[in-house]
Amino acid sequence: MTRCAPYRFRLYVAGDAQNSAQALANLKVICREHLRDRHTIEVVDVFREPERALADGIFMTPTLVRLSPHPVRRIVGTLSQSQPVLHALGLGSPSV
Amino acid sequence: MKSSRTRGAKFSSKAPTGITGFDEICGGGLPRGSTTLLVGGPGSGKTIFALQFATHGAQYCKEPAIFVAFEENSKRIVANAESFGWKIAELGPGKLFFLDAQPMRDLIHSGTFDLGGMLAALEAQIKKMGARRIVFDALDIVLALLPDAAAKRREVYRLHDWLLERELTGLITSKASEEENNSIAQESFGFMQFMVDCAVLLNHTVVQGVSQRNLRVQKYRGTSFDENQSPFVIGSRGMEVAVARTSSRVHVSVTNERVSSGVERLDTMLGGGYYRGASVLITGFPGTAKTTLSGAFAAAACKRGERTMFVSCDSDGAEVVRNLASVGIGLNRYVKNGCLRMVSGRTIIGSAETFLVRVKTLAMEHRARCIVIDPVSTLSSSGNELTAYGVAERLIDWSKALGTTLVCTSLLDEVSSQPASSSQLQISKMADTWIHLNYLVQAGERNRGMSIIKSRGTAHSNQVRELILSDVGVTVTDAYTAGGEVLMGTLRWEKESAERGAKDVAEVAGRVKRVRLDAEEAELEVRLKALQVELEAKQVEKALLVSTTESREGVLSQGRSRMRELRGADTAIPRQK
Repeated sequence: MTRCAPYRFRLYVAGDAQNSAQALANLKVICREHLRDRHTIEVVDVFREPERALADGIFMTPTLVRLSPHPVRRIVGTLSQSQPVLHALGLGSPSV
Repeated sequence: MKSSRTRGAKFSSKAPTGITGFDEICGGGLPRGSTTLLVGGPGSGKTIFALQFATHGAQYCKEPAIFVAFEENSKRIVANAESFGWKIAELGPGKLFFLDAQPMRDLIHSGTFDLGGMLAALEAQIKKMGARRIVFDALDIVLALLPDAAAKRREVYRLHDWLLERELTGLITSKASEEENNSIAQESFGFMQFMVDCAVLLNHTVVQGVSQRNLRVQKYRGTSFDENQSPFVIGSRGMEVAVARTSSRVHVSVTNERVSSGVERLDTMLGGGYYRGASVLITGFPGTAKTTLSGAFAAAACKRGERTMFVSCDSDGAEVVRNLASVGIGLNRYVKNGCLRMVSGRTIIGSAETFLVRVKTLAMEHRARCIVIDPVSTLSSSGNELTAYGVAERLIDWSKALGTTLVCTSLLDEVSSQPASSSQLQISKMADTWIHLNYLVQAGERNRGMSIIKSRGTAHSNQVRELILSDVGVTVTDAYTAGGEVLMGTLRWEKESAERGAKDVAEVAGRVKRVRLDAEEAELEVRLKALQVELEAKQVEKALLVSTTESREGVLSQGRSRMRELRGADTAIPRQK
């Protein structure tokens, strides 16, 4: 866990919808626990920027996109089941 | 609500789909500003239906449309639709916008989510292009990602409310499970069928290896609709739903015009020929000259210059032309000059419905005024038994509506003991004229008999006639009856020769008698002449006699006077008279 590759996340949310807020909160927890100071989170509200959602092909909210490191990963949902999410993001503790 | 009322006043309440037949079934189209659910199994034509609805709106109704593709890539959908001749590429995304919303295969989901993102994105697109129609194709795909039934239900309601708020004419398609049990799809769409204003079910079954497609409008709030299952096909120009005769199609122009059957004496038997626009059925066993009779009709039609289509299901079109040439029916030149179109029915594969659509399309293309289908009983080939009757009915309705004269032949089952009782498709009930051809076996011969079983609205001969095929054409001979049987073939010939012989004898006898009478007449005339001459002679003699008597008396009296003078006698002589 000494790699310093920065993690860039983009989270698409639907305004202040409950599951969107939940996803943001869960993401923050994950980042605090695993990626302290090695990440950036961009939050896109699809209600405010619908064209962007259209262009990026975001149809379900909340959607988390891991832009880097490659490959790009997408996770849909509140990110509440931490194990599969961590695994998908390549942060799973059992993998180390 | 206010806006909806003004919209209602401005437009009709139905959004036409452009699908032949479907708009007729539901009185104009899908409910405008409301949601329709389209449910069907795999390959039942949901996407085509949805795409036709969207394309038609964008192209002809000034209703830009958005097509949200959950399952199939929009490029592929468009490519598939190109074959229907819908110019989707020409419309451009300003009128018909495709949104590819296929869930990515590597998509990971964790926890709940909703369709808010998509709806927000669509919102922007709708505003941009002023969309009025929206299609969600294969919504079940995205619903399947949702963790539980409650979430599915919530999303469906969200979508429905969203559509209603925006007064969009929405069409949601979804797969139906093959088995009609409580599967996941059934659960989430079960309540959807209650929610939406209109639900359409598509059904694709295979009966004895033949594909049969059906469509049924399950519900349609606030309007009357055809509740029956209607067969449909996916033809060359998109979906085509078969509609039964509706009241709007009943008033068909009826004419008294007659068209020749191609056999002069048959025309006479029918009192002038078939009626223009009539449906004629020719039934008979194999080889009873059904094709020949219908070929004669086609030739006569072409001779009048009427465009004709001959659908031959038993043999190839070229074979029919060749075979008919052997009985003096020359179709070749009409095929060459384009008046006659031969269609090999064998190239039309699939269900009876497909057959009908194909025949209709070809006939329209050819602008046919006369159509021959030989034999129409092909329609009821295996796998089509259930639908064939309806198809035949619609075939007749359709040809009637266009005023096309239709001649169908129908093969009768050799095994069937009552050939004349019914034809397989029950066309005999619907046909206007029914001609039955039969073999009559007499004296070791098999001859073709023809009888007119019915002919609506025309006086027709009730007699069984013999149909004779020769290299100069088709003729119907006089009927000879003997002992209650119609004589045919050699027996007819014998009877004919016997009658010819009897006629000769009678003629000779007559001639002899005439000569004798002539002689008697001449003799009498001669006698008359002789008597006349004699009479004249007598008259002359008599006249002569009178004149001589007078002159003699004159001479006598003169002589007496002279004598008196000479004698110098006294004057007291009595005066002569």
